Amino acid sequence: MKRLLSIGFALAAALGAAEAGAQELTGTLKNIKETGTITLGHRDSSIPFSYLDDNQKPIGYAMDICYKIVDAVKKELKLDKLEVKLNPVTSSTRIPLLANGTIDLECGSTTNNAERQKQISFTNTHFLTASRYVSKKSSKLNSIDDLKGKAVVSTAGTTNIKQLTEANAARGLNVNIIPAKDHAEAFLMVETDRAVAFVMDDILLASLVAGSKTPDNYVISKDAFSKPEPYGIMLRKDDPAFKKVVDAATAALYTGGEGQKIYDKWFTQKIPPKGLNLNTPIAAELKNEFAKPSDSPDPDSYK
Amino acid sequence: MNYHWNWQIFFEPNPTGSGTYLDMLLSGLALTIKTALTAWIIALVFGSVVGVLRTLPSKVAGWIGFCYVEFFRNMPLLVQLFLWFFVLPELLPRAAGLWLKQMPNAPFWTASIGVGLFMSARVAVQLAAGIASLPRGQKQAATALGLTTAQTYRYVLLPMAYRIILPPLTSEFLNTVKNTAVAITIGLIELTGQARAMQEFSFQVFEAFTAATIMYLLVNIVVVTGMRFLERKVAIPGYIAGK
Amino acid sequence: MLGSFDFDVIRRSLPYLFVDGMTFTLTLTALSALGGLVFGTLIALMRLSGFKLLGRIAGLYVDFMRSLPLVLVIFWFYFLVPYIGQWLTGASRPISVGAFASSLITFIMFEAAYFSEIMRAGIQSISRGQPAAASALGLTYAQSMRYVVLPQAFRNMLPVLLTQTIVLFQDTSLVYVLSIPDFLGAASKVAQRDGRLVEMYLFAAVVYFTISCLASFGVRRLQARIAIVR
Repeated sequence: MKRLLSIGFALAAALGAAEAGAQELTGTLKNIKETGTITLGHRDSSIPFSYLDDNQKPIGYAMDICYKIVDAVKKELKLDKLEVKLNPVTSSTRIPLLANGTIDLECGSTTNNAERQKQISFTNTHFLTASRYVSKKSSKLNSIDDLKGKAVVSTAGTTNIKQLTEANAARGLNVNIIPAKDHAEAFLMVETDRAVAFVMDDILLASLVAGSKTPDNYVISKDAFSKPEPYGIMLRKDDPAFKKVVDAATAALYTGGEGQKIYDKWFTQKIPPKGLNLNTPIAAELKNEFAKPSDSPDPDSYK
Repeated sequence: MNYHWNWQIFFEPNPTGSGTYLDMLLSGLALTIKTALTAWIIALVFGSVVGVLRTLPSKVAGWIGFCYVEFFRNMPLLVQLFLWFFVLPELLPRAAGLWLKQMPNAPFWTASIGVGLFMSARVAVQLAAGIASLPRGQKQAATALGLTTAQTYRYVLLPMAYRIILPPLTSEFLNTVKNTAVAITIGLIELTGQARAMQEFSFQVFEAFTAATIMYLLVNIVVVTGMRFLERKVAIPGYIAGK
Repeated sequence: MLGSFDFDVIRRSLPYLFVDGMTFTLTLTALSALGGLVFGTLIALMRLSGFKLLGRIAGLYVDFMRSLPLVLVIFWFYFLVPYIGQWLTGASRPISVGAFASSLITFIMFEAAYFSEIMRAGIQSISRGQPAAASALGLTYAQSMRYVVLPQAFRNMLPVLLTQTIVLFQDTSLVYVLSIPDFLGAASKVAQRDGRLVEMYLFAAVVYFTISCLASFGVRRLQARIAIVR
């Protein structure tokens, strides 16, 4: 009887231990393990972060980083196979779609700020950029105040349209703000003279100008609507286990020098589909951040 | 459901500096109504002309009416709005195109005209059916009295037909209200657009959409109630609705 | 302006437009029509059933869906469906649904309201004697619906149902707002990437127009044939 009891105890203990082991996985990690899939949210025209190539396949700097994260997740969960699903998102759908589980990581050009951190989390910063506007040289718009009373476009759901809206109210610019679905659509509105300017992160503006039919016709403003703000890959909030894996993966990538290699591939070499070279070597601030990865939403912390 | 509800959000100030989030939604509602009414006027005018054309004895007129209706009915409204907004200005001479694009309120006018013409095809079909449903004797009696075709339509056929098709016209008007939401794709910030903007600024998706949903329901109820009243007022004695 | 019309951009993107875009659009249309018809018929049966409460719920559903713009409903469902899935399955977190499944659910739920009105009219067009005769023959309610009433209602309403499906085909273009690559979404992605709005949107218009026209022509012929048979 005693023996039986002790076997019973041992069994119970073993079962309990197994259960505890299974419970260690929570949130996104658990879901990825159970379904064997991870879903990446990608953009249509955030060049060179996340955009569609000639075969309409999403590629870019942020996509490469995400695939590295996927490798790390696969290793962490000891999976032989991890299927990667891709789901298109826009600036205005990315946060709800992340929150409702449609996507697990958003790989694009999302500004990391304190307000958004109340809704979702960011991993380590992969770029720093300020909000400016692009216009045709011929329209001679030299400062933000020159936008007064004009039609200005920005992408719906971005920090940029919010900054433009706030500046509009604060400075009494009386700008007619047109929301566009994505960056390419917004830029086309300037190209076709429907709007005089497009307010967006300067790196995205530079890429759109470089890829346009007549790059020499455009100028990006000196005036900025914001300090250089950090970009991060988004993940769900309150999921510390997943965030730990993602943070560790990006930190290893950035400190190990591979981050810089991926950066150079997209910013200093020819990129598909048109063989464009953005000629934007890594900035000192980002280089510092790569040495000491951070997910801080505070622009000043990157100085 | 791990979603952070915050119904107070409607009374918090919005970033446009024009009051609260509720004010934002209400201004969207006002724009929805304004666009729908403008579109409806266009739909009624063009729909009436085309509807009459389809019932005229002239073969050419009937053919024109048929083509008009098929043209506007067989393309998605979204594609039609894109044609008006993105394509038309590029096909015009440069100066005219530029004028069109830089018109203040371009999305409003494009939406009104685009939705209006789209709906006009459906009004035309309803009106033609209404005229066709009238007893043939009415037209013959008018001719016998010496009325011209124009007079026959003006004094005999149209007054009857409009009253008969009032119920289907009510639902077409409600469709017009709903269809203005498609214009968010060309930058018209009407009710759905404002709800989406509120979602983007405040992150409170479901509160914003719930409020917009309630506002659409209210518009529906008001229109349906008002039209029922009107239907009873103008009902033709002897017809089912007329008692 | 037409001088600079670039036909090549259309030719180059044809595989993407049709293999990816049009397949998505047609699959979504077909499955939504099927699902909408089944669900819509259920709603119609609820409305016509003797149970007052059931009828009221179904009626409210139809009125509710019909008062909302499809664009708003598309947003609602894309953001809400995963939470509904979580609620239904009792999972600890929202269920990932994906763009296609989410659109499909949206269109089925939305179109069901419209299909149900058509089916209701169809069922009401069958003379009362028929279900009475069926029950006299000992058929249950379900059997009489399945074998007597619904086949005739469906047949009588076929032209209207098909016309509504053409409307649905056009309405699927609205998933554009979610950046999902249906036919129009695919066309707009190419248009925006290459700065060729005029070519791509005109081409999309021609394709939608041709398909819808041919389909309505087919429906009219079918209607004429059915009319003669009756």
